[in-house]
Amino acid sequence: MTSLPQSTEKSLGLVIDLDTCVGCHACVTACKEWNTNGYGAPLSDQDPYGADPVGTFLNRVHSYEYVPEDGSAPGVVHFPKSCLHCADAPCVTVCPTGASLKREEDGIVLVNEDDCIGCGLCAWACPYGARELDASAGVMKKCTLCVDRIYNVNLPEEDRQPACVRTCPAGARHFGDLSDPESDVSKLVTARGGFDLMPEQETRPVNKYLPPRTREETDILAPLLDPVPEAQGGFLGWLDRTLSKI
Amino acid sequence: MHPAPSIITFTVLSGLGFGLMVWLGLGAVDVEGWIAATFCLMALGLAGGGLLSSLFHLGHPERAPKALTQWRSSWLSREGILAIVTMLLFTLFSLIWVFGGVRSGPLGALAALAALATVFSTAMIYTQMKTVPRWHSPLTPVVFLLASLSGGALLAGMTASFWIILSLGVVLILDSVQGEGRFSRANGNIATATGLGKFGRLRQLAPPHTGQNYLLKEMVYVIGRKHAHKINIIGMTLAIPVPLFLIGVFHNGHTTFGLAVVSHITGMVLLRWLFFARAEHVVGIYYGKH
Repeated sequence: MTSLPQSTEKSLGLVIDLDTCVGCHACVTACKEWNTNGYGAPLSDQDPYGADPVGTFLNRVHSYEYVPEDGSAPGVVHFPKSCLHCADAPCVTVCPTGASLKREEDGIVLVNEDDCIGCGLCAWACPYGARELDASAGVMKKCTLCVDRIYNVNLPEEDRQPACVRTCPAGARHFGDLSDPESDVSKLVTARGGFDLMPEQETRPVNKYLPPRTREETDILAPLLDPVPEAQGGFLGWLDRTLSKI
Repeated sequence: MHPAPSIITFTVLSGLGFGLMVWLGLGAVDVEGWIAATFCLMALGLAGGGLLSSLFHLGHPERAPKALTQWRSSWLSREGILAIVTMLLFTLFSLIWVFGGVRSGPLGALAALAALATVFSTAMIYTQMKTVPRWHSPLTPVVFLLASLSGGALLAGMTASFWIILSLGVVLILDSVQGEGRFSRANGNIATATGLGKFGRLRQLAPPHTGQNYLLKEMVYVIGRKHAHKINIIGMTLAIPVPLFLIGVFHNGHTTFGLAVVSHITGMVLLRWLFFARAEHVVGIYYGKH
């Protein structure tokens, strides 16, 4: 059913730490690997070894640069983006067949591939570019939050989390229930000031992003490494004055 | 947005067909027998042909009947159901008209209403997209409805089509002028998209992939935007002033309306192409397009 549930028992989702992400794209490949072997249609590639390779991915890492207004050094932010499992998911309500759905029990947004006609309307409705129509299978693919891992009792317990989270070498990705204020992910969001992407679209995403930390917050040596002030006394001051005179 | 030929054909043809159904249903064409049959078949052929064409852009056309199930939430589903209901009502109306020689007023009015509702649903598929600010405007359904009524009136050979085409022209110009700024007025930018606005001025440093992907091909379509202004003027001229001139000067006759129809449809195809090609999706922001 493509009507959205009034509320969900849980809101499973990801918290992505833009401070820690190193932009290695391991989550991208781990996602592709798991989801091309797991349930549903594989994530196909067209012309994979040719001049113009194109393929379906459920997770992609952008890189942005910010230039502070005060003239201090620019920063680089690696920015992984996948389905945000929105509470008000516009991709679900536009679906004409009922293939696109949001689960009442855990809030995961899924596509029932047997019902998908491949009209592409849900991809248009998503502001984040989280859905890609697979060119080979003709059905819409999207992040399932690795629904076939997180409840899979055949896997060791530490593997029961999304492939992207499990593989991240920097620990920049966290998985949990964001509707529970006592969960680790919710505490992390509160402590670090997690935010929504494109709030003006009013999709109420479940996934949250944590901002990069400033140098003062992370580097205990930062105060000691400040440049030498101009009017310095003592030996350094004398050295500065003497050298300036030569 | 990618201007898929199947979708342009669908919206233009079915718009014409349903527009013609409105005028035939309302009894604007006073004919009978074979001439009535020709008009009815033209309306059904255009609407049906358009609907068939829309199936070509689906990944799984064989599952299309499933699209009729979600009318509670989906405009695409509503459009599908309304299109079928309209075709059935109009077919019944046509049969009684052609073979019974009776134009059923209530049935015709009902078919006309259903045809308008179908065109409105088609327009709402685009209007509802908050992600495409250019479409997300009350003017979008007005343009679709007037386009359908204009084309239908021309096909029906109505002299009154002059005023409908004129009003379409006014709304098209209004939409064209107002549409330019809708993206920036929607308040989405790289700062809100990344949430990093407070850190400073932002720019894309590296895209997530070096090649193409579905998102770029489908939603960050930029080919032809360079000529958007020229195409807009050519399309508008063919769709509005040319038919207005022909009807205004010659009033009636098959040649007049034949030429007016050809010019109008060619113009509307160009404008519908532009409707997609120059509409920008907010996902382009993530790819440094704004």
